[in-house]
Amino acid sequence: MKIEEIESEIVEEFEMFDDWMQKYEHIIDLGKSLPMIEEKYKTEDKIIKGCQSRVWLHSELINGKVVFTADSDAIITKGMVALMIRVLSDHTPDEIINAKLEFIDKIGLTKHLSPTRSNGLVSMIKQMKLDAIAFKAKS
Amino acid sequence: MMLVKSNIDMELDIEAIRKDFPILSRTVNGKPLIYFDNGATAQKPTLVIDAIENYYKHQNANIHRGVHTLSQEITVAYENARATIQNHLNATHAHEIIFTAGTTASINLLASSFSKKFLSKGDEIIISAMEHHSNILPWQQACEEKGAVLKVIPINAEGELLLDEYSKLLSEKTKIVAVTHISNTLGTINPIKEIITLAHAKNIPVMIDGAQAVPHTAVDVKELDCDFYVFSGHKLFGPTGVGILYGKEKWLNKLPPYQIGGGTIKTVTFEKTEYADLPLKFEAGTPHISGGIGLAKAIDYINTIGLDKIAAYEHTLLEYATERLEKIEGLKIIGRAKNKASVISFVVNGIHPFDIGTILDQLGIAVRTGHHCTQPLMQFYDIPGTIRASFAFYNTKQEIDEFVKSLERAINMLR
Repeated sequence: MKIEEIESEIVEEFEMFDDWMQKYEHIIDLGKSLPMIEEKYKTEDKIIKGCQSRVWLHSELINGKVVFTADSDAIITKGMVALMIRVLSDHTPDEIINAKLEFIDKIGLTKHLSPTRSNGLVSMIKQMKLDAIAFKAKS
Repeated sequence: MMLVKSNIDMELDIEAIRKDFPILSRTVNGKPLIYFDNGATAQKPTLVIDAIENYYKHQNANIHRGVHTLSQEITVAYENARATIQNHLNATHAHEIIFTAGTTASINLLASSFSKKFLSKGDEIIISAMEHHSNILPWQQACEEKGAVLKVIPINAEGELLLDEYSKLLSEKTKIVAVTHISNTLGTINPIKEIITLAHAKNIPVMIDGAQAVPHTAVDVKELDCDFYVFSGHKLFGPTGVGILYGKEKWLNKLPPYQIGGGTIKTVTFEKTEYADLPLKFEAGTPHISGGIGLAKAIDYINTIGLDKIAAYEHTLLEYATERLEKIEGLKIIGRAKNKASVISFVVNGIHPFDIGTILDQLGIAVRTGHHCTQPLMQFYDIPGTIRASFAFYNTKQEIDEFVKSLERAINMLR
């Protein structure tokens, strides 16, 4: 599936919820279902700077596609990472670099992009794109 | 139905007080705002907001400069504001009150000027384990620059300073002691009188960081005999961007200026500059005039209510919230000092503070989550951060009930 298609799928999923508490419950569930990063990758250098909670992100290039795994010590953050992984993982570096990620606004998560939210989501997206750029440069 | 109110409740007409703060009637995420982040910044009464507006509408001119009427009027108003702050702190002279941009700016000024003049290689500066980064970094940097050593007063598990250890740290190498009056993270009220007396016995000056103390307690610098006392306007219901450095005249006269430029001089030639007397020596550039005036208004306002009544009422809020929070399973209060201001930090077993803060925000409740700019303290307790509820005199027990209910809901969602 293309990145935009996955985004649309998520937008539809979130349209089912009436209020923000339900959205958060969903994000929390997503967080609980996140494929955990392997323990050996939960190292200091894998921590994304700028989050109030700790987020570990690991990326690998497998058959020309970037595969992300991650973890966080905060469950809502983890849910947001899970969403980002669902959208971006298993795509080529170019697709990831060019992704506009408009779904964030559409599902009402925009306020997590503001600097007051300790930049958790912003830092996450930035790191995922930086990893993609690094893989592209190497190939 | 008649509600039984305590005497303090009756003395402080909370409903009327709440009407003085326009922001308290707004909603957040569709819920009535419950503002429990007073430790970060306090809300502003209409009186203060009006004073700022009035300044820009009717009084705006630069101070200490012009011969024209507006300039003279505003200079008088600004100096009256200084006098209000002097009286509030019971300082001997108005020129011992230096306007700064806030607590952080005050400490930077002091650390820079003090170390330039008095700090040498091998000297020591004493701070405590519960300091805000703003009272660590400027001293740490001063020490690095001069080859001096930063010494730290340890705390016990309750979050109280170990005074025996403090006594042992004081030596002929100690050049200054800089400690907080009230911990922003733990709420601990430190025995600053004792800290000052012990230092003075060895002729060591003491700076007290009063950022968290001034909204909750009356401060008498003469009675305390502290050499420096610093605080911010915005935590005291005044504007942001203004703060105070109180210093004893004898000390301030000995310190070199910090930032220099317009307003800090008597005469300037290209060869030499003669600096102005206190307080202008430390007030370079056009100050935050409306800030100073707004801060004085805020002080007038709290003095009309009475800091003793405020402290008593806030103590009932603290006790009530502590009692209610303790009943929540898996919740642990961080900071159990015997002497505490209305600040409660806590963690909940297995749940990250960020998650709880996010859900509480959805329910209209503003608390602070994170390390509260006290990372060494988080390291001491071995936690990533806490959730901090900090109360002001406009908060109520009903709000605490709502907060506890919402917190329980958040915990259920997140477990």
